[in-house]
This record gives sequence, structure tokens and C-alpha cells, in this order.
Amino acid sequence: MRVIAALSGGVDSAVAAARAVDAGHEVVGVHLALSRAQSSTGRSKGCCSIADAQDARRIADMLDIPYYVWDLSEAFARDVIDDFVESYREGLTPNPCLRCNETIKFAAVLDRALALDFDAVCTGHYARIVDGIDGPELHRAVDPDKDQSYVLSVLTPEQIAASMFPLGGSLKSQVRAEAAERGLRVADKPDSHDICFIPDGDTSAWLREHLGEAPGEVVDAVSGAVIGQHSGAYAFTIGQRRGLDLREPAPSGSRRYVVDIDPSEGRVFVGEEQLLARATITARDPIWCGPIPAAGGRLSVQIRAHGEPMDAVIDVIDDRVVAHLDEPARGVAPGQAMAMYEGTRVIGSATIVRP
Amino acid sequence: MQMNGATSERAYLDHAATTALLPEAAEAWRETASRVGNPSSLHAAGRASRRVVEEARESIADDLRVRPSEVIFTSGGTEADNLAVKGLAWARPNRPRILCSAIEHHAVLDPVAWLGEQGRDIEWIPVDSLGRVGPEAVRERLGDDVALCTVMWANNEVGTVQPIAEIAAACAEAGVPFHTDAVQAIGQLPVDGSLPGLTSLALSGHKIGAPVGTGALVLRRDARVVPVVHGGGQEREVRSGTLDAAGIAALGVALHHAVTAQADHAARMVALRQDLIDGIVRLAPGVIVNGDRAQRLPGNVHVSFPGCEGDTLLMLLDAAGVECSTGSACTAGVPEPSHVLEAMGIDAALARGSLRFSLGCPSTSGDVDRVLEVLPGALERATRAATPRLRRTT
Repeated sequence: MRVIAALSGGVDSAVAAARAVDAGHEVVGVHLALSRAQSSTGRSKGCCSIADAQDARRIADMLDIPYYVWDLSEAFARDVIDDFVESYREGLTPNPCLRCNETIKFAAVLDRALALDFDAVCTGHYARIVDGIDGPELHRAVDPDKDQSYVLSVLTPEQIAASMFPLGGSLKSQVRAEAAERGLRVADKPDSHDICFIPDGDTSAWLREHLGEAPGEVVDAVSGAVIGQHSGAYAFTIGQRRGLDLREPAPSGSRRYVVDIDPSEGRVFVGEEQLLARATITARDPIWCGPIPAAGGRLSVQIRAHGEPMDAVIDVIDDRVVAHLDEPARGVAPGQAMAMYEGTRVIGSATIVRP
Repeated sequence: MQMNGATSERAYLDHAATTALLPEAAEAWRETASRVGNPSSLHAAGRASRRVVEEARESIADDLRVRPSEVIFTSGGTEADNLAVKGLAWARPNRPRILCSAIEHHAVLDPVAWLGEQGRDIEWIPVDSLGRVGPEAVRERLGDDVALCTVMWANNEVGTVQPIAEIAAACAEAGVPFHTDAVQAIGQLPVDGSLPGLTSLALSGHKIGAPVGTGALVLRRDARVVPVVHGGGQEREVRSGTLDAAGIAALGVALHHAVTAQADHAARMVALRQDLIDGIVRLAPGVIVNGDRAQRLPGNVHVSFPGCEGDTLLMLLDAAGVECSTGSACTAGVPEPSHVLEAMGIDAALARGSLRFSLGCPSTSGDVDRVLEVLPGALERATRAATPRLRRTT
């Protein structure tokens, strides 16, 4: 097959590309220039990390494959960064990695690859594609700590069929060891955990810069009393406990959490942990990559990256999916994806809405 | 389409980025590098090395019609530009303004912008849709508070040649130092370093067949500059550092070759360029040829293909054995939008579909044929690649 290997400059995509080469595919390495940082002279200085692009280039050299940079910064700004900002403005909690997979890596990049007569896009994601009776199925990775099937749960069957995840059957430790064995200098490069377009990792400061100060009240969800002030409701996520900066402790002495956000009034509601419990989750606009569950079908759902799978009965009503959980869940954040699984297989995902 | 370089025949059309080493320049380098000797030493070995440097300096001075003492050797065009821009500005602390064309190479653009951050008042001289700086646009901005004015001789991206003589004369009249980046002009156009009003001129070795790491600033004898590199006081105490005798010898040979062959070379390049432009226009009637059709570097072809991405085209052409450039400045291969096309008022989407083909000494009609042979397939595919297929509407 003719394969585009997305090379981020990190160890995972390097080993994925190396395995694709070993498997006999004709591989071309591509580094995606996604976010543009403005230099001090006001000029765009290319992607946020020149060092990563250089690492990607050296990986391609070592694998003896051609290497190019594809500039997708415009689509990324529109479909990922703007969406991220708007979601927070609306009091939602977005997942930009998932959005990037949905609109950039397995859409814009895959589109271009297919138009250029390539057969697939290969990435270093930890997930498995398994040949099933009805075609390729997306499954959880073997390494439970690294499993990234959640952020890939937005892919359609057509996208999965043109994707290649060579690392899904390996542990991260094995991938690092293999990178070292292959002499790839990125073998001990640290994992990236942060949002790639917020290089210093300070999401609140970044949001403040993009959304401005929006002071508002912190309200007791039960009594309705104003118990504090905040400088922007967008800095809060449902289930959050830290950073509330409340002067008076709760009368009961128990910990308080963000239990709801009203973006239109700029109010953040706090309360005790049990107020977070949700027995049902409603989500909109499902994307299915497996059989649509029959009414009352049993699946497991996951509501955040690296979250635990939870057993649930699923009802699909038009463009809504309602999950009735066996055990109530805490920290159900509108805007996040609810990924649905049958065992290890991803069936689909939908966006969580306000109850 | 073969992606792994299976094609045997490759057409290199990126001579504006760098060109092949001239065999005579390589020979001069090898001969000098094989002998020990620091040109600043006082013994026989040092004197022999110094002699090579001074002979090269005289040869370069003759070729550019300046005095030998006006040739300052540097590590290349970028250093020469930095020395001129910063050096002239620093020597005139009481003149706050700096005039700079909006289409300069980053070697000029960035030091000027940096001086702006340091408190200087920068005025970017606009260009017209062909990338030309009007002498009037310069003249109306001149004044006794201007530390320097800088306009390149010819643009590296779109190839537009500037009315340098008029701009230099206007600067002289206003008593303002004038610097020009002639990196692309040398060897392609007649370059006269003694042009009235010209204070300094930057040139680079590797664009004319000398090794990378060689270059010079032609600096008028009476021009005051503050050094960028301090040290042993070489080069009129303007540019310290041990002289690279071998590189300088090679630069002298390459420059002499470039200047003496210039007219014939330019005539040959213009003919090839015309064939390439005509061929591209025939194959892609919607193409837009950027820059000035007449006042243009002989070896430059810069075109925009509506509905295509330049980086896709570059990849397809590379796979098909044609080496060219998207024409935009690159950092580690990460493209950035072209400030030149932006200054010319070219729409951002159209600008992204641009390619630069640059011809040089080794270029032949076979290279042109090769481009025209593979271009239709690449354009067809790149157009297809720019149209979304799998993307869902959310």
C-alpha cells in the first residue's frame, strides 16, 4: 500500500512509520504544521515547535523515506482552535485532540492523501483496527494506560478503513525500547500531554487571553447564596474542585465541586460531591462506526479521555443518545464526547449535552 | 507516481536557493585550503595566505567597480545584510527612522524589524502589484532623520528588479545612506557597485558557484558603521574573525566568472525562462505569472495555480523528478505565508498555490521540457487533493 505517515516528531509516530516501512508499504512522511505562533516581529513563525519539525525530518531521513511539511494551520485554526474557544465561551468542555482527529488528521489529511493516490494514513495512536465480518473495526489498544480509542471514536467506518495504527498491539514501554533499538534519537523524548497550541500548558491564562476577563458569581447550588467571585466562568469544568478560591468553608465541612455552569449569566454553581452524580447522560449527533444499538441495548460508555468505562443501557432517539448508567457517574461535562464500546470495540460517539 | 526517487533523471530548478559549485572555484578553494597560514600572521605562510585574500579582494573590487578597501568579507549574504542594516543604524543614533521595502529577504527584514523593537521608527515602503518599489515612494519618505534606506536589487521570490539607480540617487540627494541586497542580482544582472548614492551592497557566494559560508559587503570607504562582530579587528575593524582565505579565493573566482559571463548567461536564461513561462501558460491557462514580466531576474519564474496548494504540487513534482520551491521562506521546512506576495496584494489562498522555478548555469532546455512533461499530471492531482472528500459537515 501507499501510505502517508504523519510524523509529529515524537517517538510514537516514528515507530509507527518504521513499522509501516517494515511491513513493505511505500511510505511518505508528512509533518503537519498545525498551529502558528506569532514571533515578536509579528510575523508568523511556522508551527509552534520548529524542534518537532526537525525531529520529524530526521526520523524520515533515518527511515529513508521522503518527507514533506503540510501546512494545515488555517483549517486547524478554524476547526480546532476556534471550536475550542467557542465551546468554552458556551460553558462547554471541548476535547481538541478528538476534534483534530475528526476534522484534520482523518479528514483534511486523509482527503489529501487519498486524492494523491495514497491508500491510508498511518499515525502513532494507540488503538487497534481489527478485521471483522462487516469490515474493519476500531478497538481499544492493548496498553490500557495509553489507549487512545476515545479520541478516535469520532471516525466513520470509511475513515477507519483508510487508517493505520501500528502501535495498538504494543505497550508504550515496548515502543520506546523499539525506538532505541532502531537508533531513533527520539526514543527518550518525553510524551506530550498538553494541548499542542497552548505550549506552556496554562489553559486558563490562554483562555483569559482569548475570551477576556468575564467576572461573575460563584453560587451555592442548593441555597442559591452567592459565596464567591471568579474572573471567567470558562475557566471551570464540571467536577472541578481546585481553584475555586472560596473564603468560607462549606457549613458541613465537606469538599465542594463545580456542579453546573451558566455561561449566559456567568455563574458557577458549586456543591457537595453527591450533586455531581448523574444516572443518565444525554448526548447529541452520534457518529457510528459499529452497529447502532437496538433500544435497551447494553454497552459501556466512556465520558472523558482516560476515563473508566461504565456499563449502561442505551436508547437512540433520532439524533440523541441516552445512556442509563448502572452506577451514577460524576463529572459529566457537557461538550465532552461520550464514546460507546461493545467490549473493546468502539461502536460510536456522541457529544454530551446539558441535562 | 513513484515516490521514492525511482526516476533517474532529475531537473533541479531551485538555483535561487543555492546553485552548483563552480569547478574553478572548488579548485581555488582546495589549493588554498591545502596550505597552512593565517592571513593575519607575519611570517611567510601568513603572507602567502594574505596575498590570496588581497588578490581576491582586488579581483572582486574590479568586477564590481569599487576600491579593494571597500570589500568586506563576511560569512555570507545574511551577515553582510545584518552588518549593513544594524551597522549603519547604530552609527546614526540621532536619526530615528529607517526605510525598508516591504519585500526584502528575511536577512534584511528581520534585522530591520528587530531595530524597530529596539525603539527605531520603521517605515515599510510599499510595492505595486508587480512587486516594484516606486522611487517616488522612497523620495517622499526621505529626510534628515532617516538613518538608512534599504531596497533589494532584485527580489528573490518573484524576481522583480528594482529601479536601484533612481532610488540610490534620491537617497544621495537627501543625504541618507542606502543599502541594497544584491544577492540574487549578481551574475544575473549588470551590478555596478560604484552606483552614485549606493552606500553598501550585500552579496553571497553560494548563489554564484562559490561555497556556502562565503560572501561580502561592499561598503563605501567613507561610510560609518558600528561592527556587529567585535574581535581581532580584521576587515577595517568592521568585521572581526580570522579570514577564510580558501573561501575568499573561491569567491573571487566565482564572482569573476559570474560577472564576465553575465550577459551571455542572462540571454540564455531569458530564453529558457520564456519557454518555461509559455509552456506553463499553455498547459494551465488559469495560471497567474507573478512579478514584472520585463524587469525580472533572467532565471526567475514565479507562478500561482488557482485551486492548488503549493506544498502538494512541490511534493508531486519532487516525486516526478522536478525540484522547485514554494517560494516562501522556510524554517526547518515549515512554510510560512509569503510577505512578498502579501505586500503585492495577492490573495492569501492564491498565494498558497504558488511555485518558484529558478534557473541557473547548469539549466538546459531538457530541464524545462521535464517540468512541462510532468506538470499536467501534478496539477490534475493537486486540484483533486484540494477538494474535500471524506470530510463530514458537522
